[in-house]
Amino acid sequence: MAKLRMTGRGLWITTLVAPPLAFVALFIVYPIIAAFAYAFFDWQGLLRGEFVGFANFHQVLFVEPYASWTRNAFTHNIIVFFALMVLQNGLGFLLAYGLWRGLPGARFHRIAVFMPVVLSTIIVGYLWKLFYHPLFGPVNQVLRGIGLDQLAQPWLGQSSTALWALIIANAWHLVGFPTLVFLAGMQRIPTEILDAARMETESEWVKITQIVWPLVAPSATIVFVLLFVGAFNWFELPYIMAGLDGSPFGSTDVLGLYFYRTAFGNVSAGTQDFGLGSALAVLIFIFIAAVASVITVRLRAREIQV
Amino acid sequence: MTKTTIRIAAVLGAATIAAPALAQDLTFWSWRQEDRAQYEEFIAAFEEENPDITVTFESFEATNYNTILSTALAGGTGPDLMMVRAYGGLENVASAGYLMPLDEEKIPALAEFPDSALAAETMRSDETLYAVPFASQTMLVIYNQQIFDDLGIEEPETWEELLEISQTIEEAGMMPFANGTATAWQNETIVSALTSSIMGSGFYEDLDAGEADFTDERFIDALTHLEEISAYFPDGFIGLDYASAQQLFSSGMAAMFAGGSFEIATFRNLNPDLELGVFAAPGTSTDDEKLVGLFYDGGYAANASTDHPEAALKFLNYVASQEFGQAFADSLSNISPIPGVEFSDPLLQEVSELNQASIPYMMLVDFRYGEPSGSVLLQQEVQKLLAGETTPEAAGETITEGLSTWYEPFQD
Repeated sequence: MAKLRMTGRGLWITTLVAPPLAFVALFIVYPIIAAFAYAFFDWQGLLRGEFVGFANFHQVLFVEPYASWTRNAFTHNIIVFFALMVLQNGLGFLLAYGLWRGLPGARFHRIAVFMPVVLSTIIVGYLWKLFYHPLFGPVNQVLRGIGLDQLAQPWLGQSSTALWALIIANAWHLVGFPTLVFLAGMQRIPTEILDAARMETESEWVKITQIVWPLVAPSATIVFVLLFVGAFNWFELPYIMAGLDGSPFGSTDVLGLYFYRTAFGNVSAGTQDFGLGSALAVLIFIFIAAVASVITVRLRAREIQV
Repeated sequence: MTKTTIRIAAVLGAATIAAPALAQDLTFWSWRQEDRAQYEEFIAAFEEENPDITVTFESFEATNYNTILSTALAGGTGPDLMMVRAYGGLENVASAGYLMPLDEEKIPALAEFPDSALAAETMRSDETLYAVPFASQTMLVIYNQQIFDDLGIEEPETWEELLEISQTIEEAGMMPFANGTATAWQNETIVSALTSSIMGSGFYEDLDAGEADFTDERFIDALTHLEEISAYFPDGFIGLDYASAQQLFSSGMAAMFAGGSFEIATFRNLNPDLELGVFAAPGTSTDDEKLVGLFYDGGYAANASTDHPEAALKFLNYVASQEFGQAFADSLSNISPIPGVEFSDPLLQEVSELNQASIPYMMLVDFRYGEPSGSVLLQQEVQKLLAGETTPEAAGETITEGLSTWYEPFQD
């Protein structure tokens, strides 16, 4: 009797679990494994050629011109990550603190700061492309208006400014997200702790560094890890604002653009190679998964339970 | 129920069942979303002559077209008929064997096509033709006739005169050229549109024969001239993208646009009142042959595993016909390579005459078969050059060196 019941229960569980498992297997596990497999073959257009072992990996990492393209794109991802860490997460923390402390206009700003996050990246990309327009863009017009003509420049056309122009657009777009997460973290801090702190010190600095920062550690873990993943998967904004080539001459090239160009080709410039593209995708995936896990573990360790 | 009714019912019933088997439904994929209305008309004309075939036109975003098409063909859900790119872009699709091989037996009209047009749709490795070429594109200078008339200037005969008219336009408070270089591929088009005559056909012949590379004096000279004329591009042109450049010209703020003949249709759409003229950018002296850059855009191909190969071939024969070429030229303002097509539009007629003296748009035609492609290299180096971060000599050096990783004639 018991045995039969178990079978019934087992069957019941299987029927419930199978569809989602199949879904995950088909749409998540299979594509990842397929991409892994593609990376080990030679491709003639769409025709899979022979098994080539690690040759594709070797080529994107060590053979020119791919090696220097990979290095160039990877370096830019690192710059983007650290710059956004300061501009997006750092600023987000300060904004959240301001909102939490109820500075004048906090209610309005809480909405204003979060508003751009709701916009799609395409809209933000086009908007900022217009802002940076060398002839009619508001950025240059304002600079000219206040007599700083020499500072008006073709922001997206210079290798020295193009990547930073994109970073700023991205920070503007998404600063509301870390702000929101930090704000939620701060609102969870028990009032007793804050009251106790207030009896000890008047200094905002001490309160931020000794009380608030350690207690919003779980929020920090989330935004840091998400930023890391976002910065190394960065694609939409550079695609819209700089194009698939990472104009000008590769100075805004990032791994996402580089992968897309390599795997799918670029109509107006290059050829396509599924094998090299898949190898890049695998490397990007492994890198992000490994580093994101390390970051998560390290950051979790410093979280305190209140 | 009378016998007649039963008979009618039986006939109707049979017809309903038989109809799908008789009608041959073909799908036709394209990246020309903006030409949908015209293609619907071409297809209607074809269906009228071939009542048993229906063709459904579907269009996709141009930049991702190859990806979408490749994926669909690989997955076995590709269309029966499709537009394919030319040169290196054709190889991606054709090399996997997804396209029906074509020849003069299947499509007799091909015998009359120019060789350069057929070469564009022929895969290099098996020397087989896979598509009916549909349009040639010419790299030249398009100008605003109204501005030229107002300022009393004429098409330049020498490079010196080109600089002079640019100066005149600038002094009149307008932008001589609308071009910007923030969009990478625009760097390649301006080289071809502005400096083909400076390079000269001799340079291309030597290059093709493997006797010259891009460190050649004639190529360096071309880049030097490009640098010189870029003084007449808009302020901050290195940050100006393609769409903005088109708007500067079509709004009448700039007098000239160095680019492809495909811009003519765009400019007319953006501003129907615009009066346009075209010329081939001149060489240093009047003795230099005035050359335009020329390439073929793409072609119409059939799926090798289509269920209706005969119907597909009928359609390909239709798009190779003079009748289609004429309709194509008339309604899409494009230069059809089909012999005997006459251009009612005097501007297109002029472009097709300019095509008689041309050199290929060389990075696309000859150097897009490996990485780094000639286009990637040229685009990046010209962006650098015009931003003042390299010299013509160093650019030529980098391009040659980059190509030598896969282009055999440069390897010794």
